[in-house]
Amino acid sequence: MTKLLLDAPSLQRALTRMAHEILEKNKGVEGLALIGIQTRGVILAQRLKKAVQEISGHEVPTGILDINLYRDDLTKVSEQPVIRKTVIDFDLDDQTIVLVDDVLYTGRTIRSALDALIDFGRPKKIELAVLIDRGHRELPIRADFVGKNVPTTENEIVHVRLTETDGQEEVVVSEK
Amino acid sequence: MTKALTGYVQWTRKDLLSLEELSKEEIELVLHTAESFKEVSSREVKKVPALRGKTVANLFFESSTRTRTSFELAAKRLSADIINFSSSDSSSSKGESLRDTARNIEAMRVDTIVMRHPSSGSAEYLSRCLKAGVINAGDGIHEHPTQGLLDIFTIRERKISLQGLNVCLIGDILHSRVARSNIWGLKKMGAKVTVCGPPTLIPKNIEELGVEVSYDLDQVLPKQDVLNILRIQLERQSNAFFPSIREYAAEYGISNERMKKAKKDVMIMHPGPVNRGIELSGEVADGSQSVILEQVTNGVAVRMAVLFLTTLVER
Repeated sequence: MTKLLLDAPSLQRALTRMAHEILEKNKGVEGLALIGIQTRGVILAQRLKKAVQEISGHEVPTGILDINLYRDDLTKVSEQPVIRKTVIDFDLDDQTIVLVDDVLYTGRTIRSALDALIDFGRPKKIELAVLIDRGHRELPIRADFVGKNVPTTENEIVHVRLTETDGQEEVVVSEK
Repeated sequence: MTKALTGYVQWTRKDLLSLEELSKEEIELVLHTAESFKEVSSREVKKVPALRGKTVANLFFESSTRTRTSFELAAKRLSADIINFSSSDSSSSKGESLRDTARNIEAMRVDTIVMRHPSSGSAEYLSRCLKAGVINAGDGIHEHPTQGLLDIFTIRERKISLQGLNVCLIGDILHSRVARSNIWGLKKMGAKVTVCGPPTLIPKNIEELGVEVSYDLDQVLPKQDVLNILRIQLERQSNAFFPSIREYAAEYGISNERMKKAKKDVMIMHPGPVNRGIELSGEVADGSQSVILEQVTNGVAVRMAVLFLTTLVER
C-alpha cells in the first residue's frame, strides 16, 4: 500500500517555508552556507539556495558531500556503495553550515556527515535541514528545519522522488 | 544495488590481478571511484576513515620506489595500516618460498597484499593460496594493472572519452608489463592502439591482441592522440636488442624536432623513471603536453580506489 505524503506543490511550499526559517533563525545570510548530502540532498540544497536567494536577494555558497567513506557499516554492508563526488570549494571555518538531506531516519548518515565536515574545517555551527523526519533515531540527533514530520513503522519505506533524479515530484510511503 | 539503480556494476573481486580479467564496466567503476578519491588528496586533511582497522602489506620482490610509495600513501589516506616487506630484508633471501612468506603475512591478519614479483603469473598464483586479497603491482613481463588504470584515468581526464582515440605505445613492448596492461585496458575502453619500436623489442603475434604494429615511428606519429613512451630498460641492454642507445634515440626518441610532426594537442605520457635524452628529451618531458606528473598524482587516487574496492569485498 502506498500513501502520498507530499505532492509537487506542497513539496515546494515546504521548501519555501524552510528557506524562511533558515533565514529567520540565522538572522540573514551572513556567514551562511548550504551543504547537500548525495544524492537527493544535493538537489534539495540547490532548491533551498534558490529559495533563499529569492527571499533575501543574496546567493549562499553551496557544496556537495558524499558520506559513504565515513559510514560506520562500510565493512558490514553486503553491497558496496558507489562513491560519489564531494565538492566543497569554500572555507568552512567560522561559517554556519546547514546540512541538507531528504529523509532523517536512524541519524547515522548525519553522524557520518558531521565527521566528514569536521575534516574540512571548523564551522561555527552546523544545522540540519531535512524534507522528511520519519523518526526511529538510533543516535542523539535532531533536525533544525523539517519539511514534514511523518510517523512511520520500521517496515515502511519513504520514497522522495524529485524531477532531476526520478522524473517526478512527490513523497510517498509504502510497505517494504 | 543493481546496475540500473546506480549506473555502476557491483565490485566482487578480492584481487586485482590484470586488466585482461576486468570488464569494461568494472574499469569504469574503478575510474569513477578514483575521481572521488582524487578530491580527497586535494583536501587540507588528506584522509578518510574508509579502511580504518584494515591492514595492507606491501610485498616487493623487485626494487621500486614510486609504486610502493604510491600504494603506501593510498593506504594511509584511507586510514588503513600498512607494512612494508622487501626481498632484500625478508626471509626469501633465506630460502623461504613465496607461498610460505605470504601465508605467514596472512597469519598476522593482513587483509590485502600488494605484490611485485619478477615472475609472470605470481600474483595469480598467490591469490589462489590466500584468503587475503592480492593486488598485482607488477608480475614479470605480464601485467601492471594499476599503471594501466592510472594511464586510462589520465587520458580520460584530458580527452573525456577513449572511444576511437589513437594511442601509441613506444619502445620496449617485449619486456613491458605496462604495455600489456595498457593494451588490454585501452582496447576495452574503445581506443585504437598502435605499438611501435625496434623489431627485436616487439613480441611476435602481438597483433592478436588487436593492436597495429609499426617499426617506423615517423610514419604513425601524425595521427596519434596519445604517446605513451615506455622506459628503455638499460639493465637489459647486455642482450643487445638494438645497436646503440644513440641509434635508439634517433629512431624512437621523442625530441622537440619529432614533436613537430605530431598533433598539436598530443598527450605525452611516461610511466617513469624517465631516461632523459634517450626515449624522451628533457624539453618534451617538461613541456606543456607532458602529463607525466599528473600520472603520478592520479596513481595515488587510482590505487586508493583499487584498495577500497578490493579490501571491502567479503573474504
